[in-house]
Amino acid sequence: MSAGALSLADQFAYGLASPICLTWELTYACNLSCVHCLSSSGRRDPRELTTGQCTAVIDELQRMQVFYVNIGGGEPTVRPDFWDLVEYATGHDVGVKFSTNGVKITPGIARRLAGRDYVDVQISLDGATAGVNDAVRGRGSYETALRAMRNLADAGFAGFKISVVMTRHNVGQLDAFKALADRFGAQLRITRLRPSGRGAGVWDELHPTAGQQRELYDWLVAHGSDVLTGDSFFHLSGYDGALPGLSLCGAGRVVCLIDPVGDVYACPFAIHPSFLAGNVRDPGGFAGVWQRSELFARLRRPQAGGACESCSAYGSCRGGCMAAKFFTGLPLDGPDPECVKGHGERALAAATAAPRPSSDHSHRTAPHRPAPHRAGERRPVPLTLSARPPVGARPPVTARPPVGAQPPVTAQPPVTARPPVTARPPVGAQPPVTARPPVTACNANPLAGFAPGR
Amino acid sequence: MACAASTKPVGFDLDAPWRLDAQVRVRPEAFGALLYHFGTRQLSFLKSPALLAVVRSLGTQPSARAACTAAGIQAGDLLKYARALETLAASRMICQRGTA
Repeated sequence: MSAGALSLADQFAYGLASPICLTWELTYACNLSCVHCLSSSGRRDPRELTTGQCTAVIDELQRMQVFYVNIGGGEPTVRPDFWDLVEYATGHDVGVKFSTNGVKITPGIARRLAGRDYVDVQISLDGATAGVNDAVRGRGSYETALRAMRNLADAGFAGFKISVVMTRHNVGQLDAFKALADRFGAQLRITRLRPSGRGAGVWDELHPTAGQQRELYDWLVAHGSDVLTGDSFFHLSGYDGALPGLSLCGAGRVVCLIDPVGDVYACPFAIHPSFLAGNVRDPGGFAGVWQRSELFARLRRPQAGGACESCSAYGSCRGGCMAAKFFTGLPLDGPDPECVKGHGERALAAATAAPRPSSDHSHRTAPHRPAPHRAGERRPVPLTLSARPPVGARPPVTARPPVGAQPPVTAQPPVTARPPVTARPPVGAQPPVTARPPVTACNANPLAGFAPGR
Repeated sequence: MACAASTKPVGFDLDAPWRLDAQVRVRPEAFGALLYHFGTRQLSFLKSPALLAVVRSLGTQPSARAACTAAGIQAGDLLKYARALETLAASRMICQRGTA
């Protein structure tokens, strides 16, 4: 790699004309109450974008050439206009991948989806067995997901995604997840548990142990490009080198989130006023937010690595995940809470109170949830949402960061010299070659279907 | 019209007429461009504005070589552009005109 030329990852760090990977949560309504829900979903918000406002956003995405949008929620399929919006998007050069718990994927819907170009489906599943899954996602959710998978497979929908959040209870099931995906002709996608949304309340008990992190890293190295990761495990690159994908926090640079009320956040795991860039209903629309928000401008400037810069692993892990640090009360220019060198554990011991997730649409009563059945676990998964702060204590959803307050973004790792792993290796003088994306996927949702390089 | 998968074992025919696949969209970026193929759902990056100029003019030039010349590519640089175009052909981003 020539010293002067910016790598593609560097280019990404300075931001793009439009996001590569955009997550759009269409509703906070959900039939489930997963204990780790990143958006604390459950009840619909009365301010959610109308159908007309959604199609206006799609028109804008088409103009900005955002080729692909990852739709989630909540459970997006419970919106009565969901299928119409999918149709509208794909008819306007905006491909759709949507995440669902499978509740609406009937045989008829599965056949309809199988016949559509530009639509991909991702079924969420957090246990390879009903016991492990339902402890996190709620009773019956395993059967719902499997029924959806059967319907998709029977309809001939090849290559849909099975998306798993890795927890202490399911790291040991990685081979079983892979076998399940193979059985349905699907592709496995695994992502990192973040302490975001309701995840903040269960993270201590659910995040993988240090030993499990190593197990996970080795498994990912062994399975390489067969498995999508949303590039969410780049903090594990501190072990023996980078995993495929973009080892870089893409928040506000290549990814962002549009939430159900139209608020634009730097990343789907950062629903908090500190990471709020604007709203699609603002005068400049989504493009104005992406191109001119002060928050995003700051995120795209070179960032300091702080205490991590002297660490031998810093070149690989880049200090880890901004949201994971923020919601565990760690400074953003310090180690990730799951730092593979153990610096995170020490920092956590000294951490002050963590900021609370700022919006909560949880159901007011928690549904019944079976206890995890695996023996030898340290503590059971909490069954209720009692970890949430009282309603009165939450900042309002739409609160903007105080004008004078610096969003806590000064700790982003500088993205100087590291080439993206999946970019083509330098071969003599070859600047103008094309490169595969250094994103096998991205934070929120992969550029799914974007097969990694070679 | 979608590109058929290339059956050529190696090399890139600079003297043939080429075009972008009909399912490909091009988004200019500061570093070059981002290409998205709606059929294969693959993303590729053009890592220079000059390569973007070549790719954009493929469909109206009699050959890839002519497209390179029109974009101001020097003879000494032609090989690396041919390699880049070969990569794009292998991922069906571009195809020869007249192919189905």
